[in-house]
Amino acid sequence: MSASFYTKPANNGNAGVAMETSWDSNPGRQRTLQPITTGASVLAIKYNAGVIMVADTLGSYGSLAKFRSIPRVLRVNDATVAAASGDLADMQFLNTVVENHAIDEEIHEHGIAYSPASLHSWLTRVMYNRRSRINPLWNTYIVAGTEAGQPFLGYVNMLGVAFKEDCLATGFGSHLCLGLLREALDAAGGYAGLTEETATSALEACLRVLYYRDCRAYNQYQLANVPVAKPAQVSGPHFLQSDWSVAKLVKHYTE
Amino acid sequence: MAMLEEPSCPGFVFDNVLRNQHLLAKCGGGSQADAAASSTSALPRAKKTGTTIVGCVFNGGVVLGADTRATEGNIVADKDCSKIHYISDRIYCCGAGTAADTEMVTRQISAQICLHRLSTGRLPRVITAKQLLKDYLFRYQGYIGAALVIGGVDYQGPHLYSVAPHGSVDCAPYITMGSGSLAAMAVFESRFKPDLDQGQAVQLVRDAILAGIFNDLGSGSNVDVCIIRQDGVEYLRPYLRANEKGQRAAVYRGGKPAVLRTDRRPVLADIISTRIIRDSGAAQAAGETPMET
Repeated sequence: MSASFYTKPANNGNAGVAMETSWDSNPGRQRTLQPITTGASVLAIKYNAGVIMVADTLGSYGSLAKFRSIPRVLRVNDATVAAASGDLADMQFLNTVVENHAIDEEIHEHGIAYSPASLHSWLTRVMYNRRSRINPLWNTYIVAGTEAGQPFLGYVNMLGVAFKEDCLATGFGSHLCLGLLREALDAAGGYAGLTEETATSALEACLRVLYYRDCRAYNQYQLANVPVAKPAQVSGPHFLQSDWSVAKLVKHYTE
Repeated sequence: MAMLEEPSCPGFVFDNVLRNQHLLAKCGGGSQADAAASSTSALPRAKKTGTTIVGCVFNGGVVLGADTRATEGNIVADKDCSKIHYISDRIYCCGAGTAADTEMVTRQISAQICLHRLSTGRLPRVITAKQLLKDYLFRYQGYIGAALVIGGVDYQGPHLYSVAPHGSVDCAPYITMGSGSLAAMAVFESRFKPDLDQGQAVQLVRDAILAGIFNDLGSGSNVDVCIIRQDGVEYLRPYLRANEKGQRAAVYRGGKPAVLRTDRRPVLADIISTRIIRDSGAAQAAGETPMET
């Protein structure tokens, strides 16, 4: 047998699921069974004058780091940005739909644009609807922006679970980084006491922890900053400095 | 010199597999999920420690830390259990996983280390305890659910190891295990530097355990800390009571609430139309089918 250098996303074929549905007999129509090309964690935190969100630029194909420059942060308009983790094909499909909606709003020239809360609400309905039809969009979205002069941060996952918080993380980030982000907020006494510099350095520290401890993370990332009073800015790619000198102190197991 | 127990047959011993199958069949037939659902007699859930345990090396020794919550499924079985176990005077071991397994395996190895010390006339080495633990756990192929962080000081200096239930070992200057290990490891990865002093190491361990306590549901209650140096051990239990029971805010007396005010208003409605719906009971009695509404 040929040894594989990496594990491909598992090939389920037609095995297992015993559900008599139209798509089983109609092989052209399919539903998402598993994510194929995936994006890793998205992290976001509010600060006193806005929201900052980061996402690395890696598209993983199973355990292969296949696409190293995938933008996962979408700038919807001056007041809204969104980023997704999970299946990148589903993300790109949804992002196209959102962009087309934004263009439609511009064409109408009525001055109404997506607010982050309305985008979050719309995304929730779409994701929940898809999960109820057993054909989910395999993503976890974080929507960030300015809503009625206040910073907004919302989360929607592939099950349609949605909530708003002062700091958010998806995937591995929720296990490794949420503790650090909450600590940063507690130390500042809430997001009103957090400056932009502190928020950015907290997110950068979290990205570093992810790069050290998440096998699917990467050291190149995009950063989206939506200040309350100014238009949203997506910058990148930024490169993460990492310190591996501690490896000298890690002795091998027979020591 | 047979100081370690000799198994009665070479290789792995799987005697209890038959016993477990028999017990499962007797309990409810089929999977443990069925047995649990049947609710009459299911195999008892193992008491696990949920847990955040950490260890950190500093320039004079090792600091070990642990939370104090023991869980049985989704219930907190013990709010203040002790997870830092004594191995020898300068070697301690934190245990995560099945509570009985961590307790018994550390006690067993502690006894073996004591006998070894008497037999050799030398102070025990951390690497010996690590070796004994990992050989024992590997022999049971992961069925003994003990994930351990062993730390101590011997003639060579401070040492810190982790032993996983299947018997693998890691050696590093900072280690975390248990369900809260990711939250705790994030704290270490962002703030550890080589050559910490004792105060910094204890602060780091305290913060790592608190990250586990507040961000992991399997960990909770207090922070226990054990500082091991060449000249002595400080076993600080509790180091920090992070979850004191709150004060009762008010007493709600029983009885009927007093009526403070009555406000009667008629609901005014205009009759717009009237429609007669035939009473289906009377219609059936009369032999007619009831009108559909």
